[in-house]
Parts: sequence; C-alpha cells; structure tokens
Amino acid sequence: MNKCKKYDVIIVGAGVSGTAIASAMAPYNLSLCVIEKTNDISNGASKANSGIVHAGYDAKPDTLMSRFNVRGNAMYPGLCERLDVPFKLIGSYVVAFNSKELKILQELKERGEKNGVPDLKILNADEVHSNEPKLNPEIIGALYAPTAGVVSPYELSIAFMEHAMDNGAELSLENPVTDINRSDNGFIVKTKNDTFEAKILINAAGAYADKIHNMVMEPSFTLFARRGEYFLLDKYAGHSVDHVIFQCPSELGKGVLIAPTAHENIIVGPNAEDVDDPEAVETTQNGLNEVWGSALRTLPNLPKEQVITTFSGMRAEPSTGDFIIRDYDEAPGFIDVAGIKSPGLSAAPAIAEYVSDLVKKHIHLVEKDNYKPERRKIIRFHTLTHEDKAKLVKNDPLYGRIICRCEGVTEAEIVDCIHRNAGAHTLDAVKRRTRSGGGRCQGGFCGPRIIDILSRELNIAKETICKDSSASRIILGETKGEGKQ
Amino acid sequence: MMHYDVICIGGGPAGLAAALSAKENGAEKVCIIERDLELGGILQQCIHNGFGLHTFKEDLTGPEYAQRFIEKVKETDIEIKTDTMVLEIGKDRSVYILNPNEGYQKLSANAIVLTMGCRERTRGALAIPGTRPAGVMTAGTAQRLVNIEGYMVGKKVVILGSGDIGLIMARRMTLEGAKVLAVAELMPYSSGLTRNIVQCLDDYQIPLLLQHTVTNIYGKNRVESVDISEVNDKFESIPGTEKNFECDTLLLSVGLLPEIELPFAADIVMDKRTRGPRVNESMETSIPGIFACGNIAHVHDLVDFVTIESQKAGNFAAEFAKGNLQAGNGICSLAGEGISYIVPQEIRANNCKKDLELYFRVNRVFDNVKIVLRIDDRIIKEIKKRHLAPGEMESIKVKAELLLNAESLKLEIVNN
Repeated sequence: MNKCKKYDVIIVGAGVSGTAIASAMAPYNLSLCVIEKTNDISNGASKANSGIVHAGYDAKPDTLMSRFNVRGNAMYPGLCERLDVPFKLIGSYVVAFNSKELKILQELKERGEKNGVPDLKILNADEVHSNEPKLNPEIIGALYAPTAGVVSPYELSIAFMEHAMDNGAELSLENPVTDINRSDNGFIVKTKNDTFEAKILINAAGAYADKIHNMVMEPSFTLFARRGEYFLLDKYAGHSVDHVIFQCPSELGKGVLIAPTAHENIIVGPNAEDVDDPEAVETTQNGLNEVWGSALRTLPNLPKEQVITTFSGMRAEPSTGDFIIRDYDEAPGFIDVAGIKSPGLSAAPAIAEYVSDLVKKHIHLVEKDNYKPERRKIIRFHTLTHEDKAKLVKNDPLYGRIICRCEGVTEAEIVDCIHRNAGAHTLDAVKRRTRSGGGRCQGGFCGPRIIDILSRELNIAKETICKDSSASRIILGETKGEGKQ
Repeated sequence: MMHYDVICIGGGPAGLAAALSAKENGAEKVCIIERDLELGGILQQCIHNGFGLHTFKEDLTGPEYAQRFIEKVKETDIEIKTDTMVLEIGKDRSVYILNPNEGYQKLSANAIVLTMGCRERTRGALAIPGTRPAGVMTAGTAQRLVNIEGYMVGKKVVILGSGDIGLIMARRMTLEGAKVLAVAELMPYSSGLTRNIVQCLDDYQIPLLLQHTVTNIYGKNRVESVDISEVNDKFESIPGTEKNFECDTLLLSVGLLPEIELPFAADIVMDKRTRGPRVNESMETSIPGIFACGNIAHVHDLVDFVTIESQKAGNFAAEFAKGNLQAGNGICSLAGEGISYIVPQEIRANNCKKDLELYFRVNRVFDNVKIVLRIDDRIIKEIKKRHLAPGEMESIKVKAELLLNAESLKLEIVNN
C-alpha cells in the first residue's frame, strides 16, 4: 500500500472547471492536487466544444447558469490577458428569418437584460447584411451581443493548470478515482495508483461527476451524455463571418452556430444527440450531414472544400436542468461542480470564484507572499514583428526552425510546451498547446518531426510516443532493414 | 540585404531544375531555399523505381533522380540554403527567410520561382466519420516514416484512394511484412498510373475496390477496423453495402493540393481547378517576376514533366531578371467540354519564341474521342485518343506562329 498523500484540497477532474478552480486557489497558502483520469488537461468536454464565451441571454434568469455566465463573461478579457490565452471579443448575432423569430429575439433580449447582459441590441436587415455580407439574404434581423467572445478552450484549461502549478499545485494524470471514503480529517480518495487524503474534495469530474458524487453521498442527480458534432474550416475561410452567428432557437432545437475561432479558423456546429456512452465521441455521417445542412441555411456559400477536420464533443446534461454547484451540510468539505453543460466554458471563471468562496467556509485561507498572478508569456513566433523574430532567433536558434508549416510553429515553441508545468507528452497535447498539427495538413508534415522532438526532449523511445491516449501508439516497430542510423 | 537574380523556393525536383535552368540561361546569382535538411524534396522518400524514363531514358529511384540534379547544382555556384523556411514573400520580390544558423533575414530577388510542390489531402478534408484514433495517416507521411526513418506504421492496412502514393505504399507495406487488405477508390477508375496498379496491387493480389469509400473508422486508441461501402453515381455511400475490415491502419491517398501558403498570403491569383497559382506561358503568376512550376502550379503524375516545366520556368525567370520578358495581358486558354484544366491559363504570344506545350487533364474517362484545339474558333489540331482518364496528364503542342494575333484558344474533347 502506497503512503497516503495528504492535501488541503483535492480536485477531481482537469477540465476547464477543475483547472479554473485550481487557478483561483493559487493565491492562497494551501496544498492542492488535481487528479485526472486521462493523460492530459482538458481531455473531455473542455477540449471539444464551440469555444464561445456567451454573453448570457440564453439561460433563464435566477439560474446558476445565467448568474455565472454573465459574471464569467465579464471576467474573460482580464483573465485571458493575465494567463496569456487566445481570446477575441467579437460579439455575437442571433439571426431571425421571419417575424416569429424576430419575436423570439425580443424575448432573448429581455431575458438577457434581466440577466444583466450589457448593450444588447436588435439589428435590422440592413445592419446585419452590411456587417456580415455573406449571410443568407433572407435573414431579416439579429440580436447583437457585443460582449460575446471566442476563446481557445483547451488552451484556457491548460493555462489554468499551469498557473496553478506555477504557484505550487500538483497534478496527477492517468489516475482515475476508484473509491472515496470519509475520514476524521475529510476524505480518503483511492485512485488507480495512489491513496489521497483531503480536507476539501471538489468534484469537477465532468461526465462522471454523478459517479464521484455517489461515492461520497446519496445520489441526488444524474448526468446524461449529449454529443455535438463539428466541422473546423481552414483559415482560408477565415472571413466567412466576423461574429459568432447563432440561429434562432426554435421548436426544432437550438440550431447550429458558425463562428471564427480564437485562431481565426471557422467552426460550424454542433448538433445535439443523446447517447448512452460519454466516451462515444465519434462523428457520424448523419450527424455531420445534419450540421452542414443546417449551417447552409445561415451561410449558403459555406465552403466545404475548406473543411480541415471534424470532431465531436460530449456535454454532461444534468437531470436538474441547471449547474449543480454546492456544498452539503451532510458532507462538510465536499463540493459538487457538476452538470456543467453550455455555458460552462463561459461560466468557468465565475464558478471558480464562487467555489473558492465555498472553500473559505471550511478552511482558513491565507494569501501567499510569493504569488505569481501571471503565467509566463507564451511566445507565438508567427505573431511577432520582423524585428522581434530576428532578435529571438539570435538568442535561441531553435526559433529558427519551423516545424509546423501550416501554423508557423517553431521548434523552440514545441520544446517550451513540453517543459512547462502541465507540459505535453503526446502529439495531440503538443497540438493543443502550440497549434502544431492543427492546420490544413493536420500533422502530415510536422507529425514525424514532433515524434522526434518528444522522443529527444522526454528521453523516451519514438515507438512509445502516442497520438493522444497512452494506448494510441503511432509507430508499431521497426522496418526489416538492418544497419539503421 | 542579400540580393539575387533568381530565388527558387523549394529544393525538390522543380526547384533544382528551375535553378539550373536559370543559371544556364544567364542568371548570375541564383539561390535555392529548402526547408528540409537535404535537397531533393519528396523524391528522397520515393525509393521505388520508375523515375527518369523520359528525362534520362533510364529507370531510376527517386533519390537517384534527385541526385543527378543535386550533383549538377553542386557543380555550379548556385547558393543552397537548407533547413530554411520562407515565411513571407512580397510583391516587391522580397523573401523573408528563417533558419537556425543565419536567423531571420530579408532577401531580395529580380525573380522568384515558387517550387514548393504539393501536400496531401487528409482525413479531415474528406470528413470521414468515426473515432479519431492513431493509425490514420496520409500515405506520404507513412512513406516518410517507413522509408526515411525506418519505422513500421501498421501491420494490417486498408488504403483509401488509389493515387500513385497509395499504390506505391500498398506494395511497400506488403514488402515490409504488413497485410494490405484492400485499396478503396471512390471513382469508377483509379487516379494512379496503370503501371502502378499492375506492379503494386495486381502482383500482390491486393484487391482494388472501385466505387467504394471508407464510411466509418472504429477504435478508441488505435484503429481497430474500418467500414468500406459502395458508392452511387453521386459518390454517396449506399446504405447496407458496408463491409467491416479489421485493421490497425488506414492510409489515405486521396489527392494532392498545391502548397500555396506563400502565394496566397501575397494575394497571387489562384486557379479554382488546379488550386495553384494561375500562370502564363512563361509560368509567371499574377505578380510580375514571381513564377510557379511543378506541383505547386498543378499536380503532375511524373517527375519528368515537372523537370521539363521547371526548366522552362527557370529560363523565363532568368529572362525576366535580365529584363527580357514582355509584360502585359494575354489570351486565356479555355477549358472546353471534357477538360478539367489547362496550364498555362494565360498566353502572351510575344513571349512564345518556341512552340508552346499545353498541359491538361480531362474531367472524366473517355473512350474513342478526339482532342480538339481551336484558335479563334478555327480547328488547329485534332488528336484521336482511344482512351483518356483524369489520372493521366495530357499535353498538346501549339506552334508559336499560330499564337501571334490569336484572340482565343480553346481545348475540348469531341466524340469521334
């Protein structure tokens, strides 16, 4: 039996909620560990979603969803500046095709105002089409929300975790929780590899948050897996739209969105399909057809030849209809952060702020002397000026070698992302951190080169380098040839 | 700032031939910029034979073919910058380069030749549904890992697309001990060369499934199987026809696309069909003094034709550098019935000192037809063809004097 590892706070799940909470706890003198069942940060719902920071008019007033969405939205610009995360405040449109939909826009506007969303405005057809000339000419109006934005959701989660670790937090990957018991000091958390003890246990286990909850106390909610499928388009399609374009919610559903991403691709999706298995993140022909067909209604000339990849993501839909974020008198020190469906990404910073207040009820928090509020800046070579590029290469020749030609990522950036806190160990992890392999050739050119770099930097055999999960090996052995270099 | 007469961006077969030709035609300072550690481009991983049958009347491997040009280049004072990426080109023919030794630099040139070749279409571009496991890769990436790095990328393999790289990799993987279960092809015909179908599939009893495509990919970590379905005339998969193939690898050979980052960013005009820059009789793009040849202009079947086209581009680049090329607009070469594209897309007769070769592809399979060339609606040439397929690039020669004062040129396929 391994020695029991003791922490003040344990967070189960390294998605955007769990890592946001870890980051929000970073100013305080406490021991904290994030336990994650997969081999990277942001590997569930947090990596595969629309990446929209919603303004906050969707959720019904007086729900946790509306409260944390509006507050979270307001926190985003400063937060992303501080943690150096790609974020763009581009505003959103909900478009209407007829007078019935115009009426719904009015209702959304009123609801948004009740929720505290600032500066909502109904645009007429002329205003819509002069700002977004490629939209379907049949659109007759739109609800404009200037505070909506787009963020890179996995980079945000990674930044949260790195920031927490820069300030002393720990991370335990590939370590699924198997059992939880209460102890005199709080909770004993048994995992695949270890036993932990914590005064405060925060359940941010995404699609599995109901299972974790049920290990601690009586069941009080269930989660359903709802899958959404997406297309991602090349930057060549970059200016298809300049705002997040939502369809008007109707009896047929929420409709699909078309939006520029934080990296200036175009994202199209999602549909919504209830599935039994939260791991069933495959795409389907029917689902993809549904998404594309629906998107054409918004943008009739959406360029199919610019699609560079498709993917699907899973939402944890709670049986309660609202986020479940609370502590319990019957289990002091246990906090649920569950059912974080859309707008969970938008709400994450505000959820984290609220949860850290809940923690304060249970343990006395003292601020650190040496707290580092900012994450060490990430150098994104392709964004620099000619002069800065020249200066950088002079100091570090690895900035002089482009590894990913599509996204213009240098070897130095890849080496840096491997050695940072919460660093990359797989091809997909490098992609999430640097964009290398996320461009139009989808790693065809840089893939073999990144295998070399990972192998060299981590001092592990090339055969053991994985695409994503730790069983996703790319190389299956050597060729027959002898006398290799 | 270093100044050159001609800079070739890309040191594969196109760049090597263009640089040599520019040098031979009087350009003094010539430079080849190559992002890899060695010259030769994709030829270095093409260790099979079949290269050079036209150019050298010999049957060479890819590296041997490249080496002939590399040695010739090394006999000249052509400057070679390897491990160097071009990040940006300007309308003023500035070239921003980056490498670990010299850092970030601005070069300038009288003429630039774009010789960056092409890249492979991916799974994402086809939007093949299913999971996203390891073991799905393009045939060219697999070829690099197997032939250059010496690693096996799969043991039980399905190949989608019967392009030449896919066919070559079917044989290569078989020789390395893998089992290639099938090659699925969406079209009713292969886009690969006939000789490759015979030598890479038939000789190893690998089935070629025409009018089939991969409709699902299974496996959470590594590929576990794929579904292959029949498709109808609209290329839609037919429900109920899917067959499951257990495999650990899916290789894709589903088309090549010109590598157009640099010309796109420089606002060079592109051709919707070739998806490369539009070029004129001199292989010059819409920006004067910037030329394009080889697979960036249009994807070729044989390296020999890349060489011929690039020699021409290098020659005209040298002429431009010396101030001998006539500017101005020309006539468009019109792709009529049955023709997918023609290169060059524009012709300025006053620069056609020699006969002009038009390269083109047909847009579907034809039997017993003729290729008809018209200038100003007059039939200039008719060539009877027993068989034409999009997989094989065709060419037709036009006499220079016929182009003088021509107002239109059109190519079409007509029934016999």
